[in-house]
Amino acid sequence: MNRRELLLSSAAFASVVRAGRLYAAPVQQRLLIVFMRGAYDAANVVLPSGSDFYYRARPNIAVSRPGSGDNAALPLDEDWALHPALKDTILPLYSQKQVAFIPFAGTDDTSRSHFETQDSIELGQDLKSSRDFRSGFMSRLASVLQDNVTPISFTSQLPLVFRGPAVIPNMSLNTGGKPGIDSRQAALIASMYSATDLAPAVSEGFQVEDEVYKSIAVEMQQASRGATSAKGFELEARRIARLMREKYNLGFVDVGGWDTHVNQGGASGYLANRIAELGKGVAGFADEIGPEWKNTVVVAISEFGRTFRENGNRGTDHGHGSVYWVLGGNIRGGRLAGDQVRVAEETLFQNRDFPVLNEYRAVLGGVFAGLYGLDGDSLQKVFPGAKPKDIGII
Amino acid sequence: MTVMTRLVLLLSTPIFATLLFGCAGQAQPTASPMQVAQLHTGSVPGGQMTVTRSLGTHDLAVLTRLSWGVTPVLAAEAGHEGMAAFIAHQLHPDKDDHLPPEVAGQIAALRISQTPSLDLAEAVVTSRREIQMIQDADQKQAARRQLQQQMTGLGREAQEKSLLLDLYSRNQLLQLTTWFWMNHFNVYLPKADIRVFVADYEDAIRAHALGKFRDLLSATMHSPAMLLYLDNAENADKRINENYAREIMELHTLGIDGGYTQKDVQELARILTGLGINQRSVLPNVRPALRADYQRAGAFEFNPNRHDYGEKVFLGHDIRGSGPAEIDEAIDILAKSPATAHFISRQLAVFFVADDPSAALVNRMADTFTRTDGDIAAVLATCFASPEFDASLGGKFKDPMHYVLSAVRLAYSERPIANVQPIRNWLNRMAEPLYGHETPDGYPLTQASWSGPGAMATRFEIARVIGSSGAGLFKPDALDAAEPPAFPQFQGPLYLDTIAPTLASTTAGALNQAVSPQDWNTLFLSSPEFMHW
Repeated sequence: MNRRELLLSSAAFASVVRAGRLYAAPVQQRLLIVFMRGAYDAANVVLPSGSDFYYRARPNIAVSRPGSGDNAALPLDEDWALHPALKDTILPLYSQKQVAFIPFAGTDDTSRSHFETQDSIELGQDLKSSRDFRSGFMSRLASVLQDNVTPISFTSQLPLVFRGPAVIPNMSLNTGGKPGIDSRQAALIASMYSATDLAPAVSEGFQVEDEVYKSIAVEMQQASRGATSAKGFELEARRIARLMREKYNLGFVDVGGWDTHVNQGGASGYLANRIAELGKGVAGFADEIGPEWKNTVVVAISEFGRTFRENGNRGTDHGHGSVYWVLGGNIRGGRLAGDQVRVAEETLFQNRDFPVLNEYRAVLGGVFAGLYGLDGDSLQKVFPGAKPKDIGII
Repeated sequence: MTVMTRLVLLLSTPIFATLLFGCAGQAQPTASPMQVAQLHTGSVPGGQMTVTRSLGTHDLAVLTRLSWGVTPVLAAEAGHEGMAAFIAHQLHPDKDDHLPPEVAGQIAALRISQTPSLDLAEAVVTSRREIQMIQDADQKQAARRQLQQQMTGLGREAQEKSLLLDLYSRNQLLQLTTWFWMNHFNVYLPKADIRVFVADYEDAIRAHALGKFRDLLSATMHSPAMLLYLDNAENADKRINENYAREIMELHTLGIDGGYTQKDVQELARILTGLGINQRSVLPNVRPALRADYQRAGAFEFNPNRHDYGEKVFLGHDIRGSGPAEIDEAIDILAKSPATAHFISRQLAVFFVADDPSAALVNRMADTFTRTDGDIAAVLATCFASPEFDASLGGKFKDPMHYVLSAVRLAYSERPIANVQPIRNWLNRMAEPLYGHETPDGYPLTQASWSGPGAMATRFEIARVIGSSGAGLFKPDALDAAEPPAFPQFQGPLYLDTIAPTLASTTAGALNQAVSPQDWNTLFLSSPEFMHW
């Protein structure tokens, strides 16, 4: 091949890889799982405001009762209230019945170790069996859904939850700017791979990079019109929404910074800031995905809850039951879902934590069944040995 | 390999100087061509100004496979020794890493080199106790953060030492194999106080990386980093923690199909009770009858008070409750098992040969393992002499470590870098930081895990960064430090004589269209050929 032919062929290739849409038409249902790593203090975010014990157990960090002033908790029903930092983001979605909270959710793993429990949740395997680190539950879900799914992990490393035989792309969106490789270089690079088995990965890689950059360009355009630009997790979540609107329909992202042993604050302070950022992110995602929100479900989980009583450092230690969030434009929200128990000293697990009444594999299995119409056999492949539980959200 | 070009490396020829430093408009390196030439020959025992041993494409591919990346120095050394002698030498390295003096100085200046880990660990314990005493919540938080930063600093030093040795040690196969074992016996930096102990851990592994597998296994079992990572520090009589026992068999020795049962896991966990750490120099008060069993080395401790002295049955062997002796017995049983010989041989073959090595090759390696009582160098020698190894040359996809290190080694082989931070950043971006894999299975060794779309795109971005400038590698690690001029050079005689002839026509065609030296470097580092080893 001479120089001129090569130029011509790479130019043709460039238009395919940089501008073309090589992927199949997206399926209707979208699912994003958000993992709050570090065990968020669920009891101070979706808080049992109907329990006097809550106020006794947390003399310094409790959020004050609904109706008690500016920084009071926001009532969800007679027993539960929402952290005030979520007033402008999650509460409106709750009013529109687009959010359901599942208290007493989590895993039967009681190691109270972040590592151990994050691993076991992401693997989604039967705790009684030997762990296989090469098989995460979202990877198994993707393989059950076969060709109808375009999975991606919005993380810098491929998380355990997506490990499996199929290659799942991963790309972190919290950095990023204009790709340093320009389109001429991209064409030349693609030409070098044209005859290799890496050719599809190379061209899809450039495509994803372009999508991300396009979404960044939108942000810059909005900013130049005077709109406040999103920061932190909201920025990331809005980028995720654009990618999931256009292309991917099964996503995973994680958010850290929840391990609040010390000085976590109450209505304001450290945890309030973290949760506000998460709320902005999730609401921003719903906003950005636009009309597709009705075909989208977001599930937010964490490895375990924290001690129900505050510790000596105005923080909380590793606990057990958590509160999961399920959001979507077309869910049956606006309520607390799943099995529940009155929050009191005598109902605590080991006299220290929320119990787990809604085991995550059962709950997520139920969500997947409703969302994708999966049968029992398929669900067994995703969560072997678990019995799916329909809590009526989807 | 189709082309067997037998070319002569004339390291002191003018063309070398021109190619190495001849990029118009680029910053001039500080060393003169003549100094560089002397470095080359100086690195070869008894070397002359001109090294005339020829090195073929095949030899170069072998060198690439046995190192963190080929350099002119490495090629000259192998050319001088002859490949067979070179490989033998790499399998049985002498103690001296032959580091450039400035690199040796960098490593010697680290806190982890100057202070024993027990002292560091004790300081951490003391700081924690002081922090507990602080009443004010904000002050307490600030003090905690400061301690965390100090500990993170220790972990970063361990990474720095490891990366510098990988880049500049003469014992390349030892370094490569050390990484393999660090990954096989994975630990995760952020957990507990592993940051304080990880440098010691790597030294312990390096000491046995090409030795006997039994000694290697034993070294990991007596290392604070591992005992913390897999929770054996918590494992005590009547408070059994099975985590480590299970992973030793599943991931470190027998393999998942190695024929052990849950009962064996429980029994091994009992055997391992008492094997833990003590971060203070004071000794525990051991019952007089058991005092002889107490063991201590740095922060490692075997505490008889915590040991289950009952009888056990492990993998069919009756084990008498006897403290440290029964741990040695368990190590012997595991190291001598045919399942271990097979599993370890297969892991080595995956790393050094192919994603799915042939059963025949693995069986031959396992035979050597058994015959030599687990001599790792002998197992590797069997591997390197195999037709499967030859056939696989150039066919393995580089993981991020290989990618970055081989690029930096080839770009700056004569000029040690001053700052490893850019390398840390690149490894983070490509999701393979040192000691950064959370789960005990270690980073995957197969291509599919590293060549997804996002990973490829990231790699090309990093190719551009490495190819375009010094990229911060020569900026001293201090605030306000200026970066001296640096520019990566790939097109020396090694490239022209030995690499260029092997490039596919598509690659050569793309390189021909480069519009600047930076562009050429970016394309070269992005090429399929450079992605493989």
